[in-house]
Amino acid sequence: MQETLDRLIREVLHEDPQVWAGSWVVYAAALLAVGFGLTVFGALVAGLTSWWERRIAARMQSRIGPNRVGPQGTLQFLADALKLIVKEDLVPPESDQMLFRIAPYFVMTGFALTFVVLPFGYHLSATRMNVGLFYLIAVTALVVVGIMLSGWASNSKWALFGGMRAAAQVVSYEIPGGMLALVPILMAGSLDLHEIIRAQGGFPWDWFVFQTPWGFIAFFLFFATQLAEGNRTPFDLPEAESELVAGYMTEYSGIRFGYYFLAEWGNLWVMSAVISTLFLGGWQVPFVSAETLAGWEAAGTVPVAFYGVSTAVFVTKVVVLMNVIIWVRWTLPRIRVDQMMSVCWKYLVPIGMGLVLLAALTEVLSFQLFGDAAKGPAPLGTPRGALHLAFFAVAGAVPTVLFFRKIFRNIRLTGDRIDLTNW
Amino acid sequence: MAALTFEQIHQKIAAKFGDAIGAAQPPKKDAFCTFAVAKLVEVGRAMKADPDLAFDHLQDVTATDHPKEGLIRVVYHFYSYTHRHGFCAKVELPRAQPEVDTLEGVWKSANWFEREVFDLFGVTFKGHPDLRRIMLPDDWVGFPLRKDYREAGGYQGISNIRDNPLDLYLSLDKACRPEPVAPAEPATPAAPVAPAAPQKGEA
Amino acid sequence: MALDQIFITRKFGPNAEQEMILNMGPQHPSTHGVLNFIVHADGEVMEKAVPEVGYLHRSLEKIGEMVSYAGFMPYSDRVDYLAAMFANEGWALAVEKLLGLEVPPRGQYLRAISCELNRIASHLIALGSTAMDIGAVTPFPYALRERESINDLIEALCGARLTYNYHRIGGVAYDVPPDWTPLCRAWLDHFEKVLDEFDRLISTNEIFLKRLAGLAVIPAAMAIDYGLSGPNLRASGVDFDLRKAHPYGAYPDFQFKAPIGRAYAGLSRGGKVGDCYDRYYCRVLECRESATIVRQALDKLPDGDFINPKAPKKAKPPAGETQSRVESVRGEMAYYVVSDGSERAYRLRVRTGSFTAMGIIEEVSKGLMIADLVALIASLDVVAPEIDR
Repeated sequence: MQETLDRLIREVLHEDPQVWAGSWVVYAAALLAVGFGLTVFGALVAGLTSWWERRIAARMQSRIGPNRVGPQGTLQFLADALKLIVKEDLVPPESDQMLFRIAPYFVMTGFALTFVVLPFGYHLSATRMNVGLFYLIAVTALVVVGIMLSGWASNSKWALFGGMRAAAQVVSYEIPGGMLALVPILMAGSLDLHEIIRAQGGFPWDWFVFQTPWGFIAFFLFFATQLAEGNRTPFDLPEAESELVAGYMTEYSGIRFGYYFLAEWGNLWVMSAVISTLFLGGWQVPFVSAETLAGWEAAGTVPVAFYGVSTAVFVTKVVVLMNVIIWVRWTLPRIRVDQMMSVCWKYLVPIGMGLVLLAALTEVLSFQLFGDAAKGPAPLGTPRGALHLAFFAVAGAVPTVLFFRKIFRNIRLTGDRIDLTNW
Repeated sequence: MAALTFEQIHQKIAAKFGDAIGAAQPPKKDAFCTFAVAKLVEVGRAMKADPDLAFDHLQDVTATDHPKEGLIRVVYHFYSYTHRHGFCAKVELPRAQPEVDTLEGVWKSANWFEREVFDLFGVTFKGHPDLRRIMLPDDWVGFPLRKDYREAGGYQGISNIRDNPLDLYLSLDKACRPEPVAPAEPATPAAPVAPAAPQKGEA
Repeated sequence: MALDQIFITRKFGPNAEQEMILNMGPQHPSTHGVLNFIVHADGEVMEKAVPEVGYLHRSLEKIGEMVSYAGFMPYSDRVDYLAAMFANEGWALAVEKLLGLEVPPRGQYLRAISCELNRIASHLIALGSTAMDIGAVTPFPYALRERESINDLIEALCGARLTYNYHRIGGVAYDVPPDWTPLCRAWLDHFEKVLDEFDRLISTNEIFLKRLAGLAVIPAAMAIDYGLSGPNLRASGVDFDLRKAHPYGAYPDFQFKAPIGRAYAGLSRGGKVGDCYDRYYCRVLECRESATIVRQALDKLPDGDFINPKAPKKAKPPAGETQSRVESVRGEMAYYVVSDGSERAYRLRVRTGSFTAMGIIEEVSKGLMIADLVALIASLDVVAPEIDR
């Protein structure tokens, strides 16, 4: 980031910040500004997601949902936040006061720190870390510390149950999650999120999900582990409202309660961004091949529009994934604790191990077969590109068609019709 | 495997237990008979075990209070899913100290039914594993379904008596009240009105 | 003593390792109504859950001794507010038996129609809330949406949406409105499709099946011993339905099945006869049967009086006692009435299905997990006012 800042200063002010006496002040101010911007972005995303999720859920349940505050209810989250801030911040007298108060900040910190490495578009991220994914996995673990703290400090049995469930669940699912993330890492040969994206291409058959069967399986399993780590249905055991009242946040009220929800909805964005980075080609724009991009970069003529288009592509993918997660949440029931554990340890971990091995073998084989052409997105003319296209047709296109056929059949059987007007 | 009528069932168990089984009452609608208190469990066991009777289901246990006779009658309804016939029997207990053996050992469903009878009538079921109040709080005084039960006026400082809305009506200025259909009797305003008395025309 | 136990005892004292007592309710999202369970838990696994009831005790039996026979009819709505028709019908049947009063055929048919509509409405709540307790929220509004339509139909019939007060001693309160029958038929056509949709949405959901299959199995002998009745009993494999075994009202005229448990969840998933899924799915099937009953009743609806013209305004039955049994939504609802010849009942007793269903929970809950307790309560479909009365 420092280089970017330096370049900016040189270009705009025509001065060299390296020779300034108090240059660290500028850097610190810039850091603060970026940090503030990212946090605000996270909060805005979380707020808008909360509104969007409620509208989608309402739509799925033949209700209307929040539509009063602002156009179509878009400002509902502001009203909610205001209400939560104004509300009394109750701390139960028998709780562990200090831990109870700081627990939400752990959750918020864990959530906000993920935005440091998350890509938003071509060259758009707060920082490029060569261990970006590793950092991401490490930082999300901080959330569970906060949840456990709140479960313990509340001095409530329901909260304790929720906290313990969260600890068991998130810690367990990090293992298969990490393993499955290894599959795209092996395919890309890097932990840097931007490098992983650059190893893919703009078209669906260039994405890691459709490059090999292992990537395809790993995508769905990784999706499940992300749901589990984000405590989303069907893995929303820590806050299972029909069993544990509200789980770890039973005793919270006011804005501290709001922090949990902020982190939960903001996590939707994080989850979707990670999944789309690892498997769905991230910000890669179709028709802009790796060679074109490399040519632009070498000449220093990356068009400004490309930044915008790549960001739009990325955001679109993220929003689609978020909708899928919301859709899953309002469709599926919740699994039980022992089932959650057995899914993780009996199925996901062994399958994840197998996939890592197979992916590694495939990479080795691929290098034996194609040599240097095995790296990065392959043009359709090449044998590897043709293979990817064929796999995409079988695994991607056919199931999609079948899926939509079934949906329309179900709608016809119910005597219903598709109506998108009655929001 | 035919369903037996009340008389057939009654004859069958009367033949087995003799004096312990009272005569079938002259049927006013549903017939019933009385069991001797001491033999209740034994008769129950036999009724469940006998393949011709096979009363596998204790459908209901309740009681009726008869202060004039000084009796509490515990009413048992038996039913057989095998033969699809039912039977009603009663035991008569002294009101002062109503005690009867529990049927919990024979039919598990007796557990809660007997708790309810204990709670609301004060009948003690000897040998019941968990004889606690079920509907009312554990420290409630009295047995509400007895005929002579009077409310204590409150429970732990919470009043359960509320002003009669009729008193409010009567305390209103005459000009404010709507004309009553029939000339109201000059009742004293504070006179308690029986809660059951149907107040015609007082909509 | 295991090493870890010795360690715990040394560090925290002799009483350190004891069960956790968890107070589930009376304010808890999934105790239907106001119930309290004292859960003795060892981590997530329960040693037992002891139900504490009585939070909704309104002394209806005592009230029954204070009001007239006809005057108890609105009170009977409150016995089970989700299935008020059956409480109405049971009370009406009991008093009619005491009076020796006949109900004209049209009245009996209207009773059957209203009751079966009410059965569907109540089952819809049960199905939706089962799904909600398992964590799927969407089926519940789906079920409620259909229930609203039933409420509209019943409102057109009797003017009330929850506490119907529709049945009268000797018949029913009102005749069907003029163009009510086609509306009802149209809704039934729609409803059968919706039930299919409901099955696709949740009944065949793999997670739902896995959660409920083989859970809290109540064998037939145990169900009979504890006095379970209605769908809960039939789910355990006992083929007993009061509408068939001791037909009352118009039920002899109808063709219908009483669905019994057959391990619907599938043996491969560990489904057993009498598990939670059987109790759930028997209710789904009963909704279909009720719909066919309503259809038949609408087809055959006879002309004539809907209430016996000889029905007394002020019922004063001769001394005697009787018991009327109705196949209510939550099992057998039996009114035991003792008359002493006056215009008020000497003793009135309501035996309800939820009461006995509640009695079995302590036994069945042993060894289940806390999440399973919620599923068990939902599958037994207990409703607090019916337990406490």
